[in-house]
Amino acid sequence: MDGPAPVDLAAAAHRIREHIVRMCGGPEGGHLGGSMSLVEILTVLYFEVMRVDPLRPAAPERDILLLSKGHGAVCLYSVLAERGFFPVAELAEYARPGSRLMGHPVRAVPGVEMPTGSLGHGLALANGFALADRGRRCFAVLGDGELQEGAVWEAAMASAALGLANLTVVVDRNGLQITGPTEDAIGLEPLADRWRSFGWTVREAAGHDFDALRTALARDGAAGPVAVIAHTVKGRGLPSLEAKTRSHYAKLSGRQAERSLAVLRARRKRAAS
Amino acid sequence: MTGDGTDAPGGTRGGRDDEGPARPRSARESYRDVLPALMRADDRLYCLDSDTGLFDRDAFAAVPGRYLNLGIAEHNLMGTAAGLAASGAMPFVTTMATFATTRALEVIKIDIAYNALPVRIVATHGGLAAGHLGPTHHALEDLGIMRMLPGFTVVVPGDARQAEEAVRQSLALPGPVYIRLGRTATPDLDGGTAGAFEIGRAQWLRPPGDVAIIACGPHPVLAALRAADLLEAHGVRAAVLNLHTPHPLDTAAVVAAAAGALGVVTVEEHWRSGGLGGAVAETLAEHAPTRVARVGMPATFAERAGDQEHLLARYGITAEAAVTAALKLIGGTHGGGTDDADLSRV
Repeated sequence: MDGPAPVDLAAAAHRIREHIVRMCGGPEGGHLGGSMSLVEILTVLYFEVMRVDPLRPAAPERDILLLSKGHGAVCLYSVLAERGFFPVAELAEYARPGSRLMGHPVRAVPGVEMPTGSLGHGLALANGFALADRGRRCFAVLGDGELQEGAVWEAAMASAALGLANLTVVVDRNGLQITGPTEDAIGLEPLADRWRSFGWTVREAAGHDFDALRTALARDGAAGPVAVIAHTVKGRGLPSLEAKTRSHYAKLSGRQAERSLAVLRARRKRAAS
Repeated sequence: MTGDGTDAPGGTRGGRDDEGPARPRSARESYRDVLPALMRADDRLYCLDSDTGLFDRDAFAAVPGRYLNLGIAEHNLMGTAAGLAASGAMPFVTTMATFATTRALEVIKIDIAYNALPVRIVATHGGLAAGHLGPTHHALEDLGIMRMLPGFTVVVPGDARQAEEAVRQSLALPGPVYIRLGRTATPDLDGGTAGAFEIGRAQWLRPPGDVAIIACGPHPVLAALRAADLLEAHGVRAAVLNLHTPHPLDTAAVVAAAAGALGVVTVEEHWRSGGLGGAVAETLAEHAPTRVARVGMPATFAERAGDQEHLLARYGITAEAAVTAALKLIGGTHGGGTDDADLSRV
């Protein structure tokens, strides 16, 4: 159950962004901004870092990921589909009546460990998964706005007190919540110092850079839990929505979705050449 | 927590979702629009937001310091409201119904209800209104929870106008108030014979008859009205009572609805236990024993995606289900009470 054969992560990330755009062009729209900011984080985790087997999603020796920011569901579904947990074609059913792909992750979807969507649950859950088997790695991916939830800090205290060296938090630090910048609502800075003061090892990384994420996520013998603060851009990939508050939830018209896909492809082409 | 943003005024919307100016208002929009005006007239009022995206900060320019976005943190939200209220303020607190009443429940119980403080919790996304967002965002337990708390007034307006009225009238109540709103616009209920909306007083939408249908919330009340029309085709006269205040319950109206009726059907967007149907059954068992059939969400979490209307149909919170229940009651057959196993297969 080692990682899959080496894949072109950039190509996978591109396909995942296309899936996200198409789902946000569906009848209900989707959480576009905070899904686009997550793409490289979840891609590197599922394609390189984590031991998972798409054919045996419940294998006891698997590593665990909890998407505590459950509104990143369309990214998670896209990554799981690309990784082979279920057919990519099913993504077209997202949020449609009768589909199991709901707006927040549900356990009926292969690869989803626990339902999330109400913020602040993931880290405590990860503590439990990490305690149950200290030989596996557990990841909790949190939004930055989510850190306003007090439950996060109850759990963070416990992770350190329990010495959960197999536990890693990734904070998707895109800087925006529904109403605007996190620092204009209830500010989070100095964020790294806050995690350190709770007993965590902190690493900061460029959240859209695979090499930086790979380094930050490597298991290198930290004695306790590690928090990776991934500096990301909400809406990453679509210039008109990047770092925009309004990217949070998008219901793209057919034309908007087509235009967005064209932008993604043009950018991909430029990057590849 | 929120993490939804379907409220956000700045949310990106595609052309096909654009609607003209004649679009009916949702209850939460009418709340959003009326609150700043009420705050200008009454300096006890605060608006405590939890990153819902419902409000436009600029609308509160005339009441500096009294609109506060406290972020994604419901315990702090409710506790802060209690502290403000204990100091003479009347805070309006807004979050989604399920986050208010399950996540922050202990704070509501101890800090707000126990102290009988005049906090107004205006909760959006009641029932299945969050649709495709799934069970983490559905509120199918809130009415049951809130009506148990001593001193709470619990209101489920039937349309946008009733929502505005409920907000206005809440200013005159001394204790805590919970107002459950939906998400999308629904048709205005016909005032007709109903008379004015008054918190605590049920509205007769159809006069007493062979059966009584008692409902709360926009979709259930509309279903009850349609059920009454359908029953008429069967030669059955059905009363319809909009019991928009599940607590304190209008006992006299419930007893009057049951008087002379062969049975009572309740319709609600809530798990069938503990909510409106539970309240009506308790009341009738004590005051006027009557057969009761409860139409509501069976004992399950939504298993599949779908918008609110789809989920209501899928789980049998419909006019047709109310008709079936009413005919069973009238027919005197066993099983007039809807049983969970039946409806979960709908």
